[in-house]
Amino acid sequence: MFARIMPIVIKELLELRRDKAARFLLVVPPILQMLIFGYAATFEVHHVSTAILDLDHSQESRELIARFTSSSRFDVVEVAQSQHQINAAIDASDAAVAIVIHAGFADALRKGQGASIAVIVDGTNSNTALIALGYINTIATGFAQDYAANLMQREQGARGMRQVQVTLEQRPWFNPDLNGRWFFVPGVIGTLTLIIVVNLTAFAIVREREVGTLEQIMVSPIRPVEFIVGKTVPFFLVGLGEVALVVSVGLLWFRIPFVGNPLVMLLGTTLFLLSTLAVGLLISTVCSTQQQAFSTNFFVLSPFFILSGFAFPIASMPQVLQWFTYINPLRYYLVVIRGTLLKGVGVSVLWPDFAAMAILAVVLLTLSILRFRKTLE
Amino acid sequence: MRLRRLKAMAVKEVLQIWRDPRSLMIALLLPFTQMFMFGYGVNLYLKHIPVCTFDREGSQASQDLLKRFQASLYFAIAENVTTYPQLVAAIDRADCRLGIIVPPDFSERLNDTGTAPVQAILDGTDDNTANIAFGYAAAVVISYSNTVQMAQLDRQGRTLQVVQPLQVQSRVWFNEDLESRNFIIPGLVAVIMALVGAQLTSLTISREWERGTMELLVSTPVTAGEVMFGKLIPYLLLGWLDAAFCLIIAALWFAVPFRGTLGALFLTTTLFLAVVLSIGYLLSVLIRSQIGASQIALVVTLLPAMLLSGYVFPIDQMPTFIQKLTYLMYARYYVTIIKAIFLKGSGIAELWAPMLFLVVYALAVVLLAARAFRKRLA
Repeated sequence: MFARIMPIVIKELLELRRDKAARFLLVVPPILQMLIFGYAATFEVHHVSTAILDLDHSQESRELIARFTSSSRFDVVEVAQSQHQINAAIDASDAAVAIVIHAGFADALRKGQGASIAVIVDGTNSNTALIALGYINTIATGFAQDYAANLMQREQGARGMRQVQVTLEQRPWFNPDLNGRWFFVPGVIGTLTLIIVVNLTAFAIVREREVGTLEQIMVSPIRPVEFIVGKTVPFFLVGLGEVALVVSVGLLWFRIPFVGNPLVMLLGTTLFLLSTLAVGLLISTVCSTQQQAFSTNFFVLSPFFILSGFAFPIASMPQVLQWFTYINPLRYYLVVIRGTLLKGVGVSVLWPDFAAMAILAVVLLTLSILRFRKTLE
Repeated sequence: MRLRRLKAMAVKEVLQIWRDPRSLMIALLLPFTQMFMFGYGVNLYLKHIPVCTFDREGSQASQDLLKRFQASLYFAIAENVTTYPQLVAAIDRADCRLGIIVPPDFSERLNDTGTAPVQAILDGTDDNTANIAFGYAAAVVISYSNTVQMAQLDRQGRTLQVVQPLQVQSRVWFNEDLESRNFIIPGLVAVIMALVGAQLTSLTISREWERGTMELLVSTPVTAGEVMFGKLIPYLLLGWLDAAFCLIIAALWFAVPFRGTLGALFLTTTLFLAVVLSIGYLLSVLIRSQIGASQIALVVTLLPAMLLSGYVFPIDQMPTFIQKLTYLMYARYYVTIIKAIFLKGSGIAELWAPMLFLVVYALAVVLLAARAFRKRLA
């Protein structure tokens, strides 16, 4: 059996070596994509363009505005003179946020009647809007608390009062600065690997079928299992190389930490590659032309990407889509890769994901061998 | 360019599409499935964030505080742990995203000094969730703090005006309920059309080469321009159909408010389809073998359309260099246009800038494709 598998492996590797374009496609685009997407994917919100309208012109209003101007979260792009200008700025998308302090703000504060500021947010990007609103609230609350503390202090001497303040201290683990890149770069690593490996495998067999060399191979004494194993081994090796390449870019360029055990990562990567290879093989057994393989790849890869937890929390999806994520190898691999790179957890935590990928690999590989046999008959 | 020959090319292409029912099915089904899958799958709204509480004091005060987390819609108590290692394990397994630790001297400090800290342990691997969760948690703690303050003042028989906090009265424009669906779905139409469109045409020319029918085509009197437009017209019809499906699903099923005019929508969509289809055509001319064409089509469309078009990841938050790169991503113009038409009700007058970009883009790609095609024949 081994003697019959080896020639196929060697044949595939030779084919890859001779194909200059393929070698280029395997190295350069993944590196470029890592660099571009590693920077592009972010939900962090800095420098929100802000317009400000101060109709109160008091010391208090200026103090509050200073808190916004000094924050790196907001860039004051316009100091408006009228409500009309504010509306125009939001309409033209010059500003995403507008803060209006009405006349009487300081008066209300001093009398303790509860002052208010008006905020207008462009909701077209709801996520940015939500986060920006959060920052505005934090700044406003900070201002109010300090103001109240000041007032209390003055009164405390006179009447013996005390301010109560329960504070929440932020202790982020695994990512002390809550750097968004640390979340997305591992995701890009997994996604790129998925796309490359599925694509390679799906096209390999379909191409042989289309060109007619598959018939030739089938008249040789090789069995379907041996053929599939022979086809898979080279792509598995290529896949390992790809992972090493993109992980290196993540570690060296983006300075993502690697706190876990490389062996755990290797085990997880092996299982992931086996299951994605199986997906590619299955696609190639259902398709008879490369065009079909291409369309099917598309059909399969984009939901795998969206429904993986790459950016959008699986817990927020409707139940039906959550079920679908269970057959998505990328879902498990993202847990493994983030777990080993950032958290440093081991097999004791990751075993359910390992098991799921192993089951997926076995089921899909068996299916594709069965289907492959059928298409030959 | 002769109309008769153009028509003949178009009819031939239509027949070819028609005789490959499987590809046709995929072309028509793809927008449907993608709209539903992405429409529901892409959701950044967080509710019921799993929380672990670690009450090291177990007093009336600490329980009062933790009960507020239980009552909040934003949180779901995953576990009440009693030891620190349990908390570590829960965060490691990602059973909870947030751990609230109440220190053993919580009520003592609250009574003695008036200030007491509570710790929020965050799973920082997902920074967006961590930030949002912390924001919600801070709000819970502040409201608790205010209640305690008022109770104390009450006991002293005093009025509570002094602690009245500053109120932020926010109004959200264009997407009043901050519904993430309204923000994502219009952009999604653009992304899906970018993907499906390039897909449709990218294989048409390379198929002719691989099957050897190109030689046949060249020996007829048709010109390069007639081949190109003859091939593109049927796909434009298919593209209109796909776009109409997506837009109808967006407006009727997902109930995204449509505030613009159909005329503006039709004009901009046609412009965008022209760009997308001719890009697919250019790719198919440039790359001889189908395998190369499809690989590259996948590389230059799938992830860039998702990540560089601004449909979820805001372009203005990217580094300057990447921002410049996004100008090459044709989907970004249509994302801007379609969001503006849907949510802001913008018309042609407001959208001239991205439309101009699309026109220039379409012309450039068509010219490039025509030149490349002539070169290939020579």
